[in-house]
Amino acid sequence: MKCGYSKEQLLEFYRKMVLIREFEERVKFLFLEGIMPGTIHQYQGEEACAVGVCSALQRGDIITSTHRPHGHCIAMGMDIKSMMAELFGKQTGCCKGKGGSMHMGDIEKGVVPAIAIVGGGIPVATGIAFGFKMKKQPRVAVCFMGDGATNEGTFHESLNMASIWNLPVVYAVENNFYGASTHVSLVMKVEKISERACAYKIPGITVDGNDVIKVYETACEAVERARKGEGPTLIELLTYRITGHSRRDPALYQPPEEKKKALENEPIKKFSEFLISMDITQEELEKIRETVKEEIEDAVKYAMNSPDPLPQDTLNDLFV
Amino acid sequence: MARLTIAEALRQAIREEMKRDESVYCIGEDIGIPGGWGGAFTVTLGLEKEFPDRIINTPISEAGFFGVALGSSLVGLRPIVDVQYGDFLFCAMDQIANQIAKLRYMSGGKIKTPIVIRAPVGVTGRGAQHSQMMEPFFQCLPGIKIVCPATAYDAKGLLKSAVRNENPVMIFEHKLLYGAKGARSEPGSIDASSEIPDEEYLIPIGKGTVRRQGTDITIVATLLMMHRACEAAEIVEKEGISVEVIDPRSLVPFDWEIVKQSIAKTGRLIIVEESPRRGGIGAEIAATVAEEMLDFLVAPVKRIAAPDTPAPFSPVMEKFYVPDTVRIVQAIKEMMSISS
Repeated sequence: MKCGYSKEQLLEFYRKMVLIREFEERVKFLFLEGIMPGTIHQYQGEEACAVGVCSALQRGDIITSTHRPHGHCIAMGMDIKSMMAELFGKQTGCCKGKGGSMHMGDIEKGVVPAIAIVGGGIPVATGIAFGFKMKKQPRVAVCFMGDGATNEGTFHESLNMASIWNLPVVYAVENNFYGASTHVSLVMKVEKISERACAYKIPGITVDGNDVIKVYETACEAVERARKGEGPTLIELLTYRITGHSRRDPALYQPPEEKKKALENEPIKKFSEFLISMDITQEELEKIRETVKEEIEDAVKYAMNSPDPLPQDTLNDLFV
Repeated sequence: MARLTIAEALRQAIREEMKRDESVYCIGEDIGIPGGWGGAFTVTLGLEKEFPDRIINTPISEAGFFGVALGSSLVGLRPIVDVQYGDFLFCAMDQIANQIAKLRYMSGGKIKTPIVIRAPVGVTGRGAQHSQMMEPFFQCLPGIKIVCPATAYDAKGLLKSAVRNENPVMIFEHKLLYGAKGARSEPGSIDASSEIPDEEYLIPIGKGTVRRQGTDITIVATLLMMHRACEAAEIVEKEGISVEVIDPRSLVPFDWEIVKQSIAKTGRLIIVEESPRRGGIGAEIAATVAEEMLDFLVAPVKRIAAPDTPAPFSPVMEKFYVPDTVRIVQAIKEMMSISS
């Protein structure tokens, strides 16, 4: 195609983003209906971040995620049946019902059980990269975090260590401008989070996190640097959460004007427009969405028909 | 056979394990700087010469390097994390309590996190922030095993078992028992050295030992307090009181069997600990004994512990704070006088 990407690759980006969006929409519905237990932090509006970054990875690379992990899990190719089952707390869930939404993961797919303490995953991803380096393996760790996490001490401790030890790690900061309800401008004076990288003498880049191609290209460069042994990179992905922080949050702290603008700039709409300009048809895109929806319905059925864990399964899996 | 201090025995254990398995490495502050101390109490002294790539000196970033240890354990390494003083574990508490202790469980048992955490404890002239006994904070945390070696023999065998264990294991080491030499020697130290066999041995985690046989009173104590209990037992023996001293060696899992067997014989239990009484090790042991062994007891269980305050600095107050042999002797006599 004239953009330099194959049609197949572009449609795969699209499919994954739509899979995340539709998965989250279905989960939201199930949750609000009271069918699904627990609490949820959803990823609508940030799909290009996960898909762009994870598409730059190879088998054997590992990510850490956050309290908002569904998008990262899907982008890493986790089975959505086992994800849905986990959300329902079922035995067939990816963590056998012990993790739930906030600890979703599958190490086989390169996803550490998501770490739901803000900033808690940053040293862990750094340690994974440290392990790769010690074992002289050409693998890369990616640490997803939100804007809020960059105010945690672990962010600074980790970037410093990754810098002095030249570790193969990419820090992907999804800046959606709100830590829960608090706007980022209230909690940091730097205009760009990527500026913080200079304190550790590592590259810091800010990109449009709603542009999947830009995210992908930036991530590819950072991942390649890491794999070549040239050290860590901090990537700030500017995005927006077009849903509440969690559960039933109506996000009244997001000004209507800002929200409206964000909806116009949301990644799937934006990418669809781009694809159509590349002569891909609306019908092709619709077909993808329909297939994805069917896949999700299958996952919901699978999850709901799966057995619950036994109460006494509580006692398993603590020690090896 | 050679007589080694705890610091030397731990060093030997680390060296042997690093030689045996190249995925074992040490990480911490000041652990291998030429001209430095080999950690705060000389345990890793000189190991950087033998293993230049596997003795990792870190920035002062406890939360950071505990997380690094965890991350590295997920990809096949076996870190031994060194913290200069147990008190600093609080700086890394999220990594320890929320991540290291829980990641395997959260994954549904799909991952393992073989991490050893070494931490010096003991009230030793340093005031409130370099003295705490940290075990009570962690005994209530599911997901981490805890060992407390009181002799060099146990230190070596337990550390080697910890390194080979597939789970997180914390090893609490007492500053007055290390036998650290030179600039890092500790005033008031007591001899905890042992004859260390030339051949390899392991001590299983979760198995206690009877330090001293007796028939009248059971004392359960670890680390320095185990030695104080033995001193007290020797004193009262002259007065015809026979004390059995049990060193559980591990707090998690706990060797209930050895304690129960002893109480079945003596009918009396004293627990001695250096940490504050409230919510301490003694509280846990006493509660379980009350639930399961009340019928065997001929006297109320007694806890000898530090008061519910931070550790004070002044030597006068510190002496008051830490249970000593005199207090243990007194408690033994009181218990015998009300129940014989």
